[in-house]
Amino acid sequence: MSLAGPLFPVLMKHTLFRQALVVLLPFGIPFPTGAAELPLPSKIGFNRDVRPILSDNCFSCHGNDPAHRKAKLRLDRREDALDREAFVPGDPAASLLVERILSTDADELMPPPDSHKKLTERDKEILKRWIAQGGEYQPHWSYGKPVKAAVPAGRNGVDFLVRKRLEEVGLNPSEEADRRTLIRRLHTDLVGLPPKPSEVTAFVNDPDPEAWSKLVDRVLRNPHHGERMALGWLDVVRYADTIGYHSDTPRNVWPWRDWVIRSFNDNKRFDRFTIEQVAGDLLADASQESRVGSGFNRLLLSTEEGGAQARDYEQRMLTDRVRAIGAAWLGQTTGCAQCHDHKFDPFTQRDFYALGAFFADISEPIVGRREDGMVVAAPAQLAQLAKLDAELNKAKAGFEAIRLQLEAAQTQWEADVALYGVTLPELRPGAAAVAAEVQRAKKAAASLAKEAKARTRAEQEAVRDYFLARGTVLFQAERDALSKAQQERDAFYNPLPKCLVSVSSAQKRTVRILPRGNWMDESGEVMKPGLPAYLPRPVVEDRELNRLDLARWLVSAENPLTARTVMNRLWKQFFGIGLSKVLDDLGAQGETPPNQALLDWLACEFMDSGWDLRHMVRLIVTSETYRQVSIPTKEQLALDPYNREVARQSPFRLEAELVRDQALATAGLLVPEIGGPSVKPYQPDGYWENLNFPTRTYDADKGAGQYRRGLYTWWQRSFLHPSLLAFDAPSREECSAERSRSNIPQQALVLLNDPTYVEAARAFAARILSECRGDSTARLRWAWQEALQREPEPGELATLLPVVEQRLAGYRADLPAAEALLKVGLAPTAPEVDRAELAAWTHVARILFNLHEMITRA
Amino acid sequence: MNPVDASRRAFLGRSAQGLGGVALASFLEPGRLLGAPGAGPLTGLPLPRKAKRVIWMTMAGGPSQLELFDHKPKLAAMDGQPMPESFTKGQQLAQLQGQRLICQGPQFRFRKFGRNETELSELLPHLGSVVDDLCLVKSMTTEAINHDPAHMFMNTGSQIAGRPSMGAWLTYGLGSEAEDLPGFVVLVSTGSPARSPQPISARQWSSGFLPSRHQGVQLRAKGDPVLYLGNPPGVSREAQGGDVAAINALNRQIEPVLADPEIATRIAQYELAFRMQASVPDLVDLSREDPRILDLYGCRPGDGSFASNCLLARRLAERGTRFIQLYHRDWDHHSLLREELPLRAAEVDRACAALITDLKQRGLFEDTLLVWSGEFGRTPMKQGNKGPAGRDHHNKAMSLWIAGAGIRRGMVFGATDELGYAAEEGVVTVHDLHATMLHQLGIDHTAFSYKFQGLDARLTGVEGARVIKEILA
Repeated sequence: MSLAGPLFPVLMKHTLFRQALVVLLPFGIPFPTGAAELPLPSKIGFNRDVRPILSDNCFSCHGNDPAHRKAKLRLDRREDALDREAFVPGDPAASLLVERILSTDADELMPPPDSHKKLTERDKEILKRWIAQGGEYQPHWSYGKPVKAAVPAGRNGVDFLVRKRLEEVGLNPSEEADRRTLIRRLHTDLVGLPPKPSEVTAFVNDPDPEAWSKLVDRVLRNPHHGERMALGWLDVVRYADTIGYHSDTPRNVWPWRDWVIRSFNDNKRFDRFTIEQVAGDLLADASQESRVGSGFNRLLLSTEEGGAQARDYEQRMLTDRVRAIGAAWLGQTTGCAQCHDHKFDPFTQRDFYALGAFFADISEPIVGRREDGMVVAAPAQLAQLAKLDAELNKAKAGFEAIRLQLEAAQTQWEADVALYGVTLPELRPGAAAVAAEVQRAKKAAASLAKEAKARTRAEQEAVRDYFLARGTVLFQAERDALSKAQQERDAFYNPLPKCLVSVSSAQKRTVRILPRGNWMDESGEVMKPGLPAYLPRPVVEDRELNRLDLARWLVSAENPLTARTVMNRLWKQFFGIGLSKVLDDLGAQGETPPNQALLDWLACEFMDSGWDLRHMVRLIVTSETYRQVSIPTKEQLALDPYNREVARQSPFRLEAELVRDQALATAGLLVPEIGGPSVKPYQPDGYWENLNFPTRTYDADKGAGQYRRGLYTWWQRSFLHPSLLAFDAPSREECSAERSRSNIPQQALVLLNDPTYVEAARAFAARILSECRGDSTARLRWAWQEALQREPEPGELATLLPVVEQRLAGYRADLPAAEALLKVGLAPTAPEVDRAELAAWTHVARILFNLHEMITRA
Repeated sequence: MNPVDASRRAFLGRSAQGLGGVALASFLEPGRLLGAPGAGPLTGLPLPRKAKRVIWMTMAGGPSQLELFDHKPKLAAMDGQPMPESFTKGQQLAQLQGQRLICQGPQFRFRKFGRNETELSELLPHLGSVVDDLCLVKSMTTEAINHDPAHMFMNTGSQIAGRPSMGAWLTYGLGSEAEDLPGFVVLVSTGSPARSPQPISARQWSSGFLPSRHQGVQLRAKGDPVLYLGNPPGVSREAQGGDVAAINALNRQIEPVLADPEIATRIAQYELAFRMQASVPDLVDLSREDPRILDLYGCRPGDGSFASNCLLARRLAERGTRFIQLYHRDWDHHSLLREELPLRAAEVDRACAALITDLKQRGLFEDTLLVWSGEFGRTPMKQGNKGPAGRDHHNKAMSLWIAGAGIRRGMVFGATDELGYAAEEGVVTVHDLHATMLHQLGIDHTAFSYKFQGLDARLTGVEGARVIKEILA
């Protein structure tokens, strides 16, 4: 069987590159930044060249925020700048702005030295040249409607616009990667699981010119595609299993996560996907499905801390929600407008609280335990639950009829107990009562010792429970009926899935502008729901706007931000970096995309397709741009070190969840079930010891739950699973569009020592031994195919063969050590397998799982 | 120097990074990354550096300053009387919100210690013996009044999650001098006998938006001292070393093929991880400490006590760790103040004094900045609705002490009003505290920023902060 050929010849081509690396790496900065070497553009573009300089250096005092504006000068709008005679169009020498930025007098110099902002010589030249050319402004790139560039018929828009830009900057596209790399890349990006060796062989040998396109279609139909696509969205909206603050207790939200996976698998149109999340409960055709989607509004942080003030947390929750809308859909940073108008973008404090007011109708406890949430179940189950509820209500009504008589009897009983100094029977010396009964009696006795009026609610209940159980024989039938109905109902209800969802209340919370964000200051204006005033929006005057209006506006054709934001993030999934590199800020302090035409084209195509996300995914992965090699040439490195122009692909480390998935899949341990409650993989003892209210022990899953994909891991915000954390999974306390990709020693410790990976190595070793019956070389070759879908190089075999021999000799001499290693993890080992051999090959498997190539998408 | 050596030296807070790291760091002035080995982006420090490292002792739950540091005879005189409304009207309270407010005098006596006759609680005699070495700040304030946000504010300068804590800022800015050990280490102990202490989130030592390698690493008293540090059962150190060597050999072979600069970094990380597997157990092994030293701190090896953690802090300081944060839990005395406070005080009193003494005798006190604080203070009003008397959370006044590294010795700074309700004189905010600490580390807090969501985010925020020059020697 021949798969992809040897890889090493490629080296020849990149020898020069390797030398460059050696020279540059010692200083920890592999490449010079390209920007410093770029010549000054002959025609200055305001958005590309000037706005970043003004925004970084000037807008914080001369921008949108009137409270911090100095000298009544604003430079973010041309008419205002000219009004204050900041510059003379066409005449830099006569322009005050130029005089001030060039000044040698520290009192005159702009920006002032104590601001710690400083213009480079290049910045100054750009400003001068810009004024010389007329000092024209452009509207901020992302606030106007995206313009769809013309793409010749039959051409992929991605390729056309990437190539167009490459010609401008003088770079050449790269050749297509080999087929093994391509199928591995595609599986990682679209499914997050490695292809089987047989799938790789089939694709490598497929003579059909449409082989790639066929493969893409097949992979897009893979039911695990939705799981892969969900990863990014779960980060952006901060999905987690716990409330976040203080006690960080569990809440019911996993059906919402499954809703996300289902939505991606069904290719739910992104506009509908959005509307269901923001306002799925308000739709005319609201269904269980759309209501679960509205669980989005409940994903924020909440607290159960005693002493937390409701007004305080009401504001925290409002601001949390505004930030979420800004991050997930608008690509706008809004947080600073909690206290004051945004300094760089036209987003005001009014906009902030008006946006927050959309959520004032959501019914929820502000401080305290979250409710169970909506039961998410099939119609027949809901009908059964309704029936049991009705029976329970009937039994309650029956009990209600006798309640007063029972209470009177209880009062009399208590009086008797007090009068005769009765010791409850279970507490008498030598009483034959079981522990639970004694406990109940003790609680009752302690409560009885207090005045009836002084008892807490729990104490009242203790007395009542005891009285009903032991103190009376009255109305036994009615009481039995009630407890039976209650038990039956609970037994059916408790295991049913439930999900926090949005429930709209007519009693809306009052939302005020909070001066400086201070929740104790109630002097601010009361705000009604309103859309940001600086963006195009519908005029509605005859009624108050609601969440459904907000949701529809987010995905309306006139909203210039949503499609760009979503496409920018999607691009990162396939190329490692956004077209605009600051994913969570398309505003003034973000980056005007070097290839704006491409981002705008993608945004337009996305909207024109009816917000068809799969169409966009397909478009990107079928492009030649996507299929390029990820190995840079020296020229590319010099001109475009960060690969912003995509003249090649980029390699990047897998997301935390996928690192786990690769190992489990290769080991054959993965349980590929989709959805369900979150699961608990092995975790070091004591990791939760600093949690409280209540204290918790971590009970790792024992069955199939131990081998599920990483995205189903229990997401404890205050103590995220440490192996996910080591690979940069965010705690999801705040919305995060950007996951960093660190390279730290904790990752080595996890892959080497975490029982999950040790067990996976053992299981993989067992597969190697049972599925390949050859000698060690044959087995290594087989293992290489399973793990990396390629042939090992001779040097690689030569590295590992001695390891096999040494470990085998070591374990033959020390069988207890082999047994100890093989005991790691719950998965059984076939008893007939040679223990020393299995232990030795566990090492080999572990080495493979630790390879850079294993956890990197090339 | 070959690339592997260079990047090996660089991690855990040093300058070598993969391309991803550089991409982030390049938001700074690119040239700054080219600093001397061992340095973060802040190479040419604008200010003289007094402190090389920080040991921050966080008394989680909020110790009562009115029993420990801030002696208020007037409050004693008004014990049992209503708290004058002029103090409390319209102010933020936690569990006492809406309750009748009654003055509660100090529950323990104060004594005079040291040359300056500094008043301290009778519960802190050992600290009293070194009081002339430290600066007591009685006018500390904070904005938060619930535990979780208050810790966040104290550690990150913000009540919103996702910001880096101070230790992460420092290892990012200054790098670390620790060989084979993390630059930011956290140790947690709990009062004994354990009641039900307030939870502490790992968020408190998060690197927030800074690169992940700056996150604090918790050293644990039980199990592996660092998560996943120990080899799997049945794997000898020799075999582990052989496997790591094989992994690195294979990665080296693929490096020229893939031309991915992350590979060199990964090779270095595996070497470092393997060395940490030896260096961390060596660090935490207190059995070879001189028995007199163990006695000085009052700890036994492996007891997981605050005293042990103080001794570990010294060992970390010796090994070059930049930021060491000790949490001691269970100071949240809404009730049982009289019964519980002496226990907590005893657990930390001797150990803190020992740490100061030990650092001094090793010449480390001069360049180690020590801070002892809670996340907020406690009310002069009595809380009686949770059992025997206690005090509620309070953010208008708290006390802390700070010492070493150019801090004035034997000073008392700031004062509260006559009932200890609010800081009145020399009011210090959390941002002021951070600015002052950074100043001692040679950092101008206004110039130390990181681009996040389009803003130059700073530890000291945007509201302004003042270096408390008065407490500097």
